[in-house]
Amino acid sequence: MAEIQQQSKDSGKGGKKRAKKMSTKIDMTPMVDLAFLLLTFFMLTTTFAKPNVMQLTMPVKDKNLKDDEQTKIKASQAVTIILAPDNKVFYFFGLNEPTDPSVPKPEIKVTDFSANGIRKVLLERQHQQPEPIILIEPYVYEGKEAKYKNMVDILDEMNITNQKKYALIDIPKKDIDLIKTQKLL
Amino acid sequence: MPKVKPHRTSPSLDMTPMVDLAFLLVTFFMLTTQFRPDEAVVVDPPSSTSDLHAPDSDILTLTVDKNKRVFFGYDKAPVKEAALKAVGAKYGVTFTPTQVKQFSLMPNFGVPITQLGSYLDKDTEQRKALNPTLPGIPYDSLNNQMIDWVIEARKANAALFKKPTFLVIKGDGNADVKTVQTVIKDLQEKDINRFNLLTSLEMKPSYIGQ
Repeated sequence: MAEIQQQSKDSGKGGKKRAKKMSTKIDMTPMVDLAFLLLTFFMLTTTFAKPNVMQLTMPVKDKNLKDDEQTKIKASQAVTIILAPDNKVFYFFGLNEPTDPSVPKPEIKVTDFSANGIRKVLLERQHQQPEPIILIEPYVYEGKEAKYKNMVDILDEMNITNQKKYALIDIPKKDIDLIKTQKLL
Repeated sequence: MPKVKPHRTSPSLDMTPMVDLAFLLVTFFMLTTQFRPDEAVVVDPPSSTSDLHAPDSDILTLTVDKNKRVFFGYDKAPVKEAALKAVGAKYGVTFTPTQVKQFSLMPNFGVPITQLGSYLDKDTEQRKALNPTLPGIPYDSLNNQMIDWVIEARKANAALFKKPTFLVIKGDGNADVKTVQTVIKDLQEKDINRFNLLTSLEMKPSYIGQ
């Protein structure tokens, strides 16, 4: 209790009966208790933070464009990142052209999403080749699939390493074959 | 020399300023608080370093959970009512005014339009119990109701509020990429090329090894 009752001193004396003087102070403790209880409740339930979003702008599909009219990527610029199941990342530089014998077969390397993983690879590549074009291919084949989390993570890496050109595409059959031949999955 | 008596102070203290402050804060929190709406499905979004914020209103949410289900949600009741009527007309399903009212109160839903009527007739508790078994909105190429909902909601929002819709894909971290990619592809077919992936905030790395 915040208030301590003062003992009346005239007890026992047979004096005149005086009208009891009421104190003008109110004990506010219960009110304060209630106010802070409500305060705590609202502080804990309130949600200030609006959800964060990550913007993803996909290229406009031109339906009239034929396959051979599409812009080709130079082999020196291309970096392919395959989001594999189990949070693994496969990547290779250059192009995978199994039908063209003049193009050497790229070698797939395996890394992960840690700071020393794909981020380091991308930054090193940026030093060697100023404007890489990154193709992100989530692995979806025979029931084995990458997770959506991996997709967000890799898009996040693109923002962190400040990549200019990247695209999210479906994994082509030739890349699945390449993974198969190198026995990675 | 008389002894100086120490002045006896009363142990009572004036709590008025504290009470003032406490009630001021209570009022503030009461007015600003927004209770989390009762959503049909709860997902755990992945984290990213992006610090963009979603706008206050006109948000269309496509929720993708880890069981490959897609849920549709919109934050404005009149838009939802208009979309319900338009999509219902397309599939030959009509709804009673009570059902429309119920629909406008739900933050999101995930049932095919043919089952929507009976779903709306149930009360909130029954619906909550039903939610884990819901099939989600069909989004395959033969029966793509999801895209109809998106298009009708965008149309209704443009007609009613003259504002563009902010499309958010809210995916669970454990959802598979295929479902999200299918959703994105469906939207791209209809020339919707800008997406927002809802994420929770993560700190940007201070050193990126440059």
